Amino acid sequence: MFERGEGGGVELRLSREERSLLAGVVAELRALLEGAPADPSLRRLFPPAYDEAEDEQGYRELMGGELLGGRLAALELVTQTLDQEWLSAEQADAWLRALNDLRLVLGTRLDVREDTFAEQLRQDDPRAPALAVYAYLSWMQEQLIEALSS
Amino acid sequence: MTTAAPIEVEAPREVEDFEHDRPWIVIVWNDPINLMSYVTLVFQKLFGYSKAKATQLMLQVHNEGKAVVSTGTREKAEHDVARLHAHGLWATMRQD
Repeated sequence: MFERGEGGGVELRLSREERSLLAGVVAELRALLEGAPADPSLRRLFPPAYDEAEDEQGYRELMGGELLGGRLAALELVTQTLDQEWLSAEQADAWLRALNDLRLVLGTRLDVREDTFAEQLRQDDPRAPALAVYAYLSWMQEQLIEALSS
Repeated sequence: MTTAAPIEVEAPREVEDFEHDRPWIVIVWNDPINLMSYVTLVFQKLFGYSKAKATQLMLQVHNEGKAVVSTGTREKAEHDVARLHAHGLWATMRQD
């Protein structure tokens, strides 16, 4: 799926179905960030820095826009490079962060716990399709980390 | 963590200075979503830690629920927290 290349870049080998799935979930998260930034499923993307409300408000005012902008830029970059067969080091880093954000939001929505995958999921579990996407994104992120760490 | 106690406190101003000088600590908390390999990679990338040190910190987060990953002035701590947040890690800061 990902293979380490020269200069810190990675070779990208995804099927058409995989690219299509990624395009869908990335577009969905971008729409959510742009249209409903207060959605509860996004809370893990914007954790508080401070215990004190006043300090936290200052942090939000100072960093909130930049943190949101960085997330949107990474998602946008994944969309732009989805059909490429090669990612530069910078692009691979954006993919890594975008995959993590996708998992954070999906995992929050599914209420993923440490033991969620410890037992076999029942096929009639209504969360099964979304958990399959979550597991796939996790596996994909792990592959990318492996390529970047090799 | 410990901080050195002032030898002598004569005026309120010095107390204030001391308060101001106490370092801030950046804490990363355990969560069930972030991959262990990802957390290790982020520690290496953001703080320049060796693979061994980054892995040890990641394991501390995983096993004990949290770990102090950096310390410094309030400005430095806030910068570090923001970079950790940009990478999706659950980080907070407080004065030690």
